[in-house]
Amino acid sequence: MSISRRDFLRIAGFSTLFGLGAKAAFEMLAPGELEAKLAPNPKALTAQRWAMVVDMRKLDDQTAQRCIEACHRIHNVPDFGNPVNPEDQVNPQDQNRWEIKWLWKEKFEHAFPGQEQPYVAERLHKLNFLLLCNHCNNPPCVRVCPTKATWKREDGVVMMDQHRCIGCRYCMAACPYGARSFNWRNPRPFIKNENQTYPTREIGVVEKCTLCAERLAKGQLPACVEVSNGALTVGDLNDAKSKVRELLRANFTIRRKPQLGSNPQVYYIV
Amino acid sequence: MFEKALVGTKRYYGVLGFLLLLIGIGFFIYLKQLDFGLGITGMSRDVSWGFYIAQFTYLVGVAASAVMVVLPLYLHDYKAFGRIAILGEFLAVAAVTMCILFIVVDLGKPSRLFNVLLHPTPNSVLFWDMIVLNGYLLLNLICGWTVLQAERNEVPPPKWVKPFIYIAIPWAPSIHTVTAFLYAGLPGRGYWLTAIMAPRFLSSAFAAGPALLVLLCLLVRKYTKFDPGREQIQTLGKIVTYAILINVFFFFCEIFTVFYSQIPDHMMHFKYLFAGLEGKGQLVPWMWVSIVGMTLTAIFLVIPSVRKNENTLALACGLVVITTWIDKGLGLITGGFVPNPFDTITEYWPTIPEAFITLGVWAVGFLILTMLYKVAVSVKEEIRA
Repeated sequence: MSISRRDFLRIAGFSTLFGLGAKAAFEMLAPGELEAKLAPNPKALTAQRWAMVVDMRKLDDQTAQRCIEACHRIHNVPDFGNPVNPEDQVNPQDQNRWEIKWLWKEKFEHAFPGQEQPYVAERLHKLNFLLLCNHCNNPPCVRVCPTKATWKREDGVVMMDQHRCIGCRYCMAACPYGARSFNWRNPRPFIKNENQTYPTREIGVVEKCTLCAERLAKGQLPACVEVSNGALTVGDLNDAKSKVRELLRANFTIRRKPQLGSNPQVYYIV
Repeated sequence: MFEKALVGTKRYYGVLGFLLLLIGIGFFIYLKQLDFGLGITGMSRDVSWGFYIAQFTYLVGVAASAVMVVLPLYLHDYKAFGRIAILGEFLAVAAVTMCILFIVVDLGKPSRLFNVLLHPTPNSVLFWDMIVLNGYLLLNLICGWTVLQAERNEVPPPKWVKPFIYIAIPWAPSIHTVTAFLYAGLPGRGYWLTAIMAPRFLSSAFAAGPALLVLLCLLVRKYTKFDPGREQIQTLGKIVTYAILINVFFFFCEIFTVFYSQIPDHMMHFKYLFAGLEGKGQLVPWMWVSIVGMTLTAIFLVIPSVRKNENTLALACGLVVITTWIDKGLGLITGGFVPNPFDTITEYWPTIPEAFITLGVWAVGFLILTMLYKVAVSVKEEIRA
């Protein structure tokens, strides 16, 4: 049964008056349906502790670019260099200042500052590392947020609620990986092809990669992983038989700034 | 008692009118900011806090320094400060109000401000900052107003206000300590990751606040019939001297740790601020003026003849206010973000709209200060007459 907006608002309004709230309206209009909708999808991908392995041997530049595009397209990440209307043109300096990125490329010395050394393999310096939120085990951003707008799920995914965020940007100061972006202005005029199934953002809130929590819930792999030709792998770190554990067992991996104690959960095979 | 703030000379109304004009301009531009977003400021993905938060940080110090008047008065029974305690407390009220306003104008979603109360988060230092700031505002209003009212009625202050006065004494350093902890506990920001952040904050606060108070006392003496007193100003001058000396010492402690250890993550921020990195260093001249000026002023203030002459004292206090402002209001916040976590450099400079909003908030503070001082001075003049 479907509920008309009008019916819902009317009954929700009355039931709120009597201190019952909107849930009561659902119960009156469509008994049982709300619980059914809240139950997890049986096909959902689950893990005790999500982690990602980036295999730099398999990640060429085109693949990396494809991952970025897939991520930014489905999440409605604005591109300030490419406005919907030409009159919204933004100068390069402001594009840089306002940039929003969930997944992006960076050279070795910028991705791993302090770990670069002279005379290291030339190959390393040519690589473009794919960076994203590290979904830390001990996330500094969660620690500092004054409204719990950013929090860590049981399965390790560090989430961001753009409707709770007050825009204080404390999490941006706390994140040692520069993984968070802020909406310095309205992003909507810079989204060429809007994905109607994912919300766009408004001015004044922080956003970041959420490991495609919305896709995991539907049983799909994160968008970047899906298009990475096997260069990116997600899986359960607590499951000894998982693909990520297999990769971690068989290869030497590095992580970004592990000495800071945030315990990042994105591993790089170099 | 408040009616005294509403009657005054033409010059008094002129000052209020000018401040209201600045507030109006600031407010108008703030509406623009609400509409366009914080993109009208110079802040960026890399330098995500700027001028607003820097002013807040500086003014927390000014607010905290009221304790430098209240503490000698109530804990050491230094009676001379009874004459100016109210000036310190009202300065704190104005400064804390500015602090709170600077936080509000810095929010991306000010309409959701109350989320901080709706979802209290004790693990966030910002939560505690909100508590100590609002608490301190209330304490200073209660203590200042009640004691002044008693003074006006020429009766001793009511007994119930005593506990508030004693609570306000440790509360003052707490506001600046908590503010220092906002920065000092963040991983990956080498410039801020130092245990001496809170002590440095307090030493510069106890220099800057009393220095500002010396200047305000001199102004009050010049433009009203109330004289805060030579002894009072001299004692404040001594407080400024010791505090600024300690502040310079703390700065060099920091320099030693950072440069003797040679750890790049900690050195690069100082290098950016004092020498520039990759050809970028717009703060370099400012930082040198700040530290050289601060050191020279500290040495200068030690000389008794300089301190005893009110003209040179005023000059030195002006320099203390300016050099500590550069240190906190410009260098501290930007220096913490540059270089960014990728070791690359995005510079920051406030934009014109940002500067006008900042000026507007300062004008709100000075409006409150002027009106409260008007009340205090009128009462003092009244009882003398």
